[in-house]
Amino acid sequence: MTPDASSSALLEVEDLKTHFPILAGIFRRQVGIVKAVDGISFTLKRGETLGLVGESGCGKSTAGRTILRLQDATAGRVRLDGEDLLALEGEALRRVRPRMQMVFQDPHASLNPRMTVSSIVSEPLDEHNLLAGAERQERVEQLLESVGLDPTFSNRYPHEFSGGQRQRIGIARALALNPDFIVCDEPIAALDVSIQAQVVNLLEDLQEQRTLTYLFISHDLGMIRHIANRVAVMYLGRIVELAPRDVLYASPLHPYTQALLSAVPIPDPKVEATRSHIVLRGDLPSPANPPLGCNFSTRCPVATSICREAEPEWRETEPGRFVACHHVTVGNGARGPDLQPPVGAATGTDGASPSVPTA
Amino acid sequence: MTDALAPERAAARHRSLWLDVWLQFRTHRGALVGVVVFGLIVVGVLFGPLIHDVDPQYLDYKSKNQGMSWAHPMGTDNLGRDMFAQVLAGGRTSLAVGVTAMALSLTLGTFVGVMAGFFRPLEGPLMRFTDLFLALPILPLLLVIIMLFRDPLRTAFGPEIGIFILIVFVIGITSWMQTARIVRGEVLAIKEREFVLAARSIGTRPHRIILRHLFPNVLSPIMVSATLGVAQAIITESALSFLGLGFPSDFPTWGRLLYDGVPFLNLTPDRVIWPGLAISLTVLSVNYMGDGLRDALDPRIRGR
Repeated sequence: MTPDASSSALLEVEDLKTHFPILAGIFRRQVGIVKAVDGISFTLKRGETLGLVGESGCGKSTAGRTILRLQDATAGRVRLDGEDLLALEGEALRRVRPRMQMVFQDPHASLNPRMTVSSIVSEPLDEHNLLAGAERQERVEQLLESVGLDPTFSNRYPHEFSGGQRQRIGIARALALNPDFIVCDEPIAALDVSIQAQVVNLLEDLQEQRTLTYLFISHDLGMIRHIANRVAVMYLGRIVELAPRDVLYASPLHPYTQALLSAVPIPDPKVEATRSHIVLRGDLPSPANPPLGCNFSTRCPVATSICREAEPEWRETEPGRFVACHHVTVGNGARGPDLQPPVGAATGTDGASPSVPTA
Repeated sequence: MTDALAPERAAARHRSLWLDVWLQFRTHRGALVGVVVFGLIVVGVLFGPLIHDVDPQYLDYKSKNQGMSWAHPMGTDNLGRDMFAQVLAGGRTSLAVGVTAMALSLTLGTFVGVMAGFFRPLEGPLMRFTDLFLALPILPLLLVIIMLFRDPLRTAFGPEIGIFILIVFVIGITSWMQTARIVRGEVLAIKEREFVLAARSIGTRPHRIILRHLFPNVLSPIMVSATLGVAQAIITESALSFLGLGFPSDFPTWGRLLYDGVPFLNLTPDRVIWPGLAISLTVLSVNYMGDGLRDALDPRIRGR
């Protein structure tokens, strides 16, 4: 599953920004801006899975939707195989759409209650005039089989299915056009834990069969660890750290990543009882009024005066490892700031791999 | 797939949407009664005059103000005209006006509502336009429209068809606003659902999103509007006729017969009861049919 190092970048996101105006008064004048996504950059190789984690309201979903052009970007570039998606309009955009699809969070809201499963799954084929009649029906049945659903159910309606089955229908719809790239917007958050593993395993199998590339948005760190090759941590519209999965989970650099990982419970009561957590104080600041300097400075346990004045640079500390923090030293054996109290097992400083539950 | 499953699959594939709808519709007893009653009224109004072939305008002074009899099943009025013949003739006009005006107002209201709900820049202008129509004093407007257009339409299409077009048009354009508001509200809610986003990510064109995803999901409130609209249109037509703005006085409609009968309520109550009963039965049966159809079109209810 590890992508070939030589394979070229499928998707390049460069300094992407999505801002929403705040309008007020009778004349609907603009009185402010919500910076939902504020300058994120990453690349995705073919066949790779990038996990995008962060707390609620940090702009994960908006980032995913902006990349798929379901939301208008304010600035930046998104290139799919070198073609700038943000420059496309109308018919040209419609022709690229089959290459990128989305799996949604809520399987109850993402399927039209008045359409049968077969018409839901064949809608993409219909829209792009692919196949017809018996061939289309056959393709629908193939798709349903490939996501582990009985094709005889194709005449049924979404309300007759369970949450996990509905999510499979949503995945079948996303696969109908043979996409290269799929944004999974918290596809498992609304499912039971037992079903979560099934759906994630299905996504992994499909990735292997069809060389799919995933942007996997989630707040479930354990699941991200299971499925992602690389992980990007988002905070208040920006990516604060981007690193290969094992490196990130073993030795997180950014204080926010450290705090996030320390919040993942360890399924061993003895370790859990002695382990100290980093508890962040306060709430996520409003993206309409982000703090000066580093976005995280208001809640960071190691923030100093420079953090409140200057924005930290987005630096590559080691090949493939990016972080935006003033307190991270660059060079070989990059180290994050030492947090008080010590992070303990979660940071992996003692060499022991933390056993994070994976499905 | 095993061979045992194959016939079942074939059977499942042939089950069509409209068959499902009909099967569910059949389980709604009120709707079935509605269909039968409405069907009887329509058939009676269309073919009744062929059997009961009395001219509704024939004046027979010798037998005026009569009660029910074999010769005059619904009695006669103060000029000796046969009531049954008049109710049958009036039904043709009333039903035609009711159904056509409802269809016009529904089309207009749904169109404005969907446009206002789906295309953001259109919302302000269209909804203010709707408010404008709601704020218009209807009666003076009707007077002006009828004064202006009655004679040109009469000369163009003949007296009856001309007035019919005018009345349908007038009722249609003064009753679409409620539907527009309800539909706009529903569309605003539904277009934020994820399945619409999914359709956009597939590259579905806006008109297909409207027809495939929005319209079927706003069908319930439209159905309710439609059933109420028929009743409203029949009653508005009566009011117009009563004011002398509708059909000429020698041209019977249910509303017209009802109003003409009111002064004779003490003498011959049949004159009010029969047209009133016809209006009530029509409205009630249309209401039940709409109810059944709304349930039958919702797959979540259909399963039960």
